Amino acid sequence: MTAYVLRRLLATIPVMVVVAVFVFFLLRLAPGDPVAIIAGEDATAEQLAAVRRKLGLDRPILEQFLLWVVGMLQGDFGTSIFSNLPVSRLIMQRLEPTVSLTLSTLVVAVCLAIPLGVLAARKAHSLVDRLVMGFAVMGFAMPVFLVGYVLIYLFSVKLGWLPVQGYRPLGDGLWPWAESLILPSFALGITYMALIARITRASMLEVLAQDFIRTADSKGLSTNRVLLLHALKNASVPIVTVIGIGIALLISGVVITETVFNIPGLGRLTVDAVLKRDYPIVQGLIIVFAAAKVLVNLIIDISYVFLDPRIRY
Amino acid sequence: MALAAATSEDVVPPAGSPLARAATAIRRNPTIFVGALLLLALIAMALAAPWITVDPFKQAPINRLRPPSERFWFGTDQFGRDVFSRTIYGSRVSLIVGLTVAGIAGLIGLAIGLVCGYFRRIDGVIMRVMDGIMAIPSILLAIALITLTRPGLGIVIAAIVIPEVPRIVRVVRSVVLSIRAQPYVESAIAGGTRTGKLLVRHILPNTLAPLIVQATYVCASAMLIEAGLSFLGAGVPPEIPSWGNIIAQGRTFFQIAPWTIFIPGAFLAATVLAVNMLGDGLRDRLDPRLARRM
Repeated sequence: MTAYVLRRLLATIPVMVVVAVFVFFLLRLAPGDPVAIIAGEDATAEQLAAVRRKLGLDRPILEQFLLWVVGMLQGDFGTSIFSNLPVSRLIMQRLEPTVSLTLSTLVVAVCLAIPLGVLAARKAHSLVDRLVMGFAVMGFAMPVFLVGYVLIYLFSVKLGWLPVQGYRPLGDGLWPWAESLILPSFALGITYMALIARITRASMLEVLAQDFIRTADSKGLSTNRVLLLHALKNASVPIVTVIGIGIALLISGVVITETVFNIPGLGRLTVDAVLKRDYPIVQGLIIVFAAAKVLVNLIIDISYVFLDPRIRY
Repeated sequence: MALAAATSEDVVPPAGSPLARAATAIRRNPTIFVGALLLLALIAMALAAPWITVDPFKQAPINRLRPPSERFWFGTDQFGRDVFSRTIYGSRVSLIVGLTVAGIAGLIGLAIGLVCGYFRRIDGVIMRVMDGIMAIPSILLAIALITLTRPGLGIVIAAIVIPEVPRIVRVVRSVVLSIRAQPYVESAIAGGTRTGKLLVRHILPNTLAPLIVQATYVCASAMLIEAGLSFLGAGVPPEIPSWGNIIAQGRTFFQIAPWTIFIPGAFLAATVLAVNMLGDGLRDRLDPRLARRM
């Protein structure tokens, strides 16, 4: 088991190396010179050279890359061009809202979608099943911003139940924090819920057709017991996989959700940095988001061992 | 039809007149039919834009923020521009982006996937690169690429293609891996078929069905990413009326003029829904193996 975890951990290194190389060189080789943008349109050649030197862009590109990677390994993600603050500090400052939003969406989506999927599988081909599947198909097509604005319009503008926009840190108290996360979590979570509900139904249907379910049923166990203890547990591997895959969706969606709801998290930081061409922040954030995604995949892979004892490494 | 895998349905062709046959086909697979019909309607609308709309750029301050009415079907925005006209023109951007990205990513992905699946020596390296690209959230990669260059439709398309390619490569590669072990491929190799011909004539046709299905999903995802990019201010230039841009510009007056957001948003959702339904339907029709897994 330890050996497996170690091996899996080592396998993430090449992926992260590719991410670093890709991000660095693609942003550098993309047509468009950040120096020209920073120095302004009518900068002289000397001014351009000075900016270039200050940013370390006059050194050979390989050296720049190595300095950047070595710095990151030591926790130094570089310095923001505009605010002159360390990128790592800027990221830490914005971490709480994004982590809160991602986790609350995860909880909301999993808690609603799995019961919906189980229900749809239990009542396969009934009206309930059709409604759940209809929701799943619709959910895949819903842009985050549309759902977000519809929710704001209904629950904040018309009904006045929830705050329109903004984020309250956990330090302000549990309820204000939770209140500010309800609408964003649903907006961000709708596609995710659709994905989980769909795979839960499919996986449950497959398990429910197996012999041991018939045995459990015929020896008189209650339906709920069979459904939850026998079937759901055996259906869990694909469900957990999709929950993990969906984290990627959440990370992309976070950027848009934070803009719709005016949440000062990593997503806003990214958009602001991108619009200002503050590329050390952009590079650092892409690495952080990619690392988060790789880490989630790692956790999912390891969780299989606990969910399905037949899987041996 | 030539692409369709032989299922029990194909063995007995439906009898009767062409009309009855079509009705049977629709009943068996209503998803393709509804999706295709919806998509065709949207394409027709996008093509007919100059004849059914007024000038989408014309500002008329006297008509600012009018709610939907008989004169302005979808209302007007803060500059008095007609939201109906802008929404119809916006469909052009979404359709162009969706179809072009699906086409380009499909071709690149097909080429890389064929090579990876067949030439095992370079497979490892290329697939690690694909894993790396897939680890980067696509919208982040796209906004980073776009803002470092001059904004424009071409750049938006390129920036969406890059993160979508690995999704196609994976599908094509997995098919190639399973096909190359088939006896008929081995006998073609033994018979001295050149590698190029082998790949194109014997292996490529097998990848087409899953490729087309995957390409429809890429098309849907590209439309959502494009709208998201424009919404964030990092997509097509703001003067082009794309759905994302219309929504982004409607944000300021959202509380008094929600139609500027809801209407283009609903059109986007309907378009993506149509493409997804087409994809689901094609998957059930072309790739029964995959359909059973979902």
